Amino acid sequence: MDALTLATKPKSSDIAIDNVALRYGTGDNAVLALDGISFHVVPNEFCVIVGPSGCGKSSLLYLIAGLEERTGGTISVGGKPVTEPGPDRGMVFQAYTLFPWLTVAQNVEYGPKRKGMPAAERTAIVEHFLQEVGLAKFANHYPSQLSGGMKQRVAIARALANDPQVLLMDEPFGALDSQTRHSMQKLLLRIWDHSKKTVLFVTHDIDEAILLADRVLVMSGRPGQIKKEIRVGFSRPRSMDLVMEPNFIAMKREILELLKNDEDDEH
Amino acid sequence: MTLAPNATSPISHIVTTGVDKNQSGRSVWKAVATPFQAVSRPLSITLSVLVWVAVIGGWFALTYSGAVKEMFLPRPESVLSTTIRMALDGSLWEHVLASVQVVLIGFVISSIVAVPLGLTMGTYRIVQAALDPLVNFIRYLPVTSFVPLFILWIGIGIEQRVAVIIFGIFFQQLVMIADSARGVQRDLVNAAYTLGTKRSDTVFHIVFPATLPNVLDVLRVTMGWAWTYLVVAELVAARSGLGYISLKAMRGFQVDVIFMAIALIGILGLCTDQLFRGIRRLVAPWAN
Repeated sequence: MDALTLATKPKSSDIAIDNVALRYGTGDNAVLALDGISFHVVPNEFCVIVGPSGCGKSSLLYLIAGLEERTGGTISVGGKPVTEPGPDRGMVFQAYTLFPWLTVAQNVEYGPKRKGMPAAERTAIVEHFLQEVGLAKFANHYPSQLSGGMKQRVAIARALANDPQVLLMDEPFGALDSQTRHSMQKLLLRIWDHSKKTVLFVTHDIDEAILLADRVLVMSGRPGQIKKEIRVGFSRPRSMDLVMEPNFIAMKREILELLKNDEDDEH
Repeated sequence: MTLAPNATSPISHIVTTGVDKNQSGRSVWKAVATPFQAVSRPLSITLSVLVWVAVIGGWFALTYSGAVKEMFLPRPESVLSTTIRMALDGSLWEHVLASVQVVLIGFVISSIVAVPLGLTMGTYRIVQAALDPLVNFIRYLPVTSFVPLFILWIGIGIEQRVAVIIFGIFFQQLVMIADSARGVQRDLVNAAYTLGTKRSDTVFHIVFPATLPNVLDVLRVTMGWAWTYLVVAELVAARSGLGYISLKAMRGFQVDVIFMAIALIGILGLCTDQLFRGIRRLVAPWAN
């Protein structure tokens, strides 16, 4: 099988989270950031976690990526327990994390290069994914020459070029203006449609959550818990006009209500 | 008339202001007095040349007016003629080479150790914890007070001068490089992990390239300090070099030679500074 077939027929695994807890500090100063989190993301699913800032949704992604250590429960990806970070779990961060010393193409090539993939295959993969995110013309630019939206497009291409089994996305469009965010959402849906990776996406933007997701997990804060699971049945491909449909608005109201109750609990 | 943030030619603005004094006179002043306002290249070159002309002009004025005796401040042309004389008889090059050699050896040895150790120190907390107190203690010790000790230990050969330079810049390099390694964005390292970077490869694959522009700046700045410590070492114990001829010239009241030595060190410093800027542009083009 050549590189492109590999890249376009990617692996995709499930994510199993069971009774996960995360505690910072010890004794009286201990803060319970996550408590009793359990859910299962099936292969090829687009699952979105929505919750208020500080509810621990980003920490949960870092736990799955293996970048932080959980204090309880089990996490496994593709049946393999998570113990440390690894290339099977690609991640797109909220902060811009392109390597500034590498060109766009070299950034996308980084993961395959670490794997020891031959240069010819790497070139084919880089071309394919830069085409996917519409940045083929910018292959030789440095990240500092790109806009915020373009940087995140390269970050998505870089994560996918490494052919991870799951894609973790931590508010990747949080720092973008709303027009750019809409076009990024469209782009992500299109790419996901091609790649059918398992995606776990974290956001505080309810519109974004419903627009993207097969399933939305609503999270509450202090300690972070999954409050409700909502299946989003809208047919795909979805258009941005969906946000004006009554069903969409009803679902948005339901989530808002859930998050509002959470706020009331605190007062 | 308003000025664009990046005025292309200051001269054209000055010319147009001449036509309409009432309004644009104020806006030129405003543009000049605006913090961080970009200045065009011709204007900045003109200004720097003017300052040089003023300094050298002041020198001429002081010596030719007789305000300062020539025994203390030589005339510019006598410094120049001394320089030419010593350049022609070859003694100048001998001393310049001796100094350059000491600075380069000291600087290279210090940097070869300080860069990897500093990056490791900034990356691994445990190395930092072990070395930080000692390094910060030594860093504040006056280098000059160690010169007698170095002479006692290693004599008055080139090794002594190299030791003074290493002692003067190594610990400063270490601290500054460790600081820039510590400042590497954490999510950059996290992203590298999720792309398959091994923990043991982090320093080489991520921390080193991420800090490269900073490291080159640290090297450039400490190169300047190396010249200072060179003169300290050469004033105390040396038989060649620019510091040595200054000391010898003082004994013979040859102020022109001292001036020449000082100017040469300045020019050599300027050259190495430009060299490092060039290297930075070449090996870290993304950081310009």
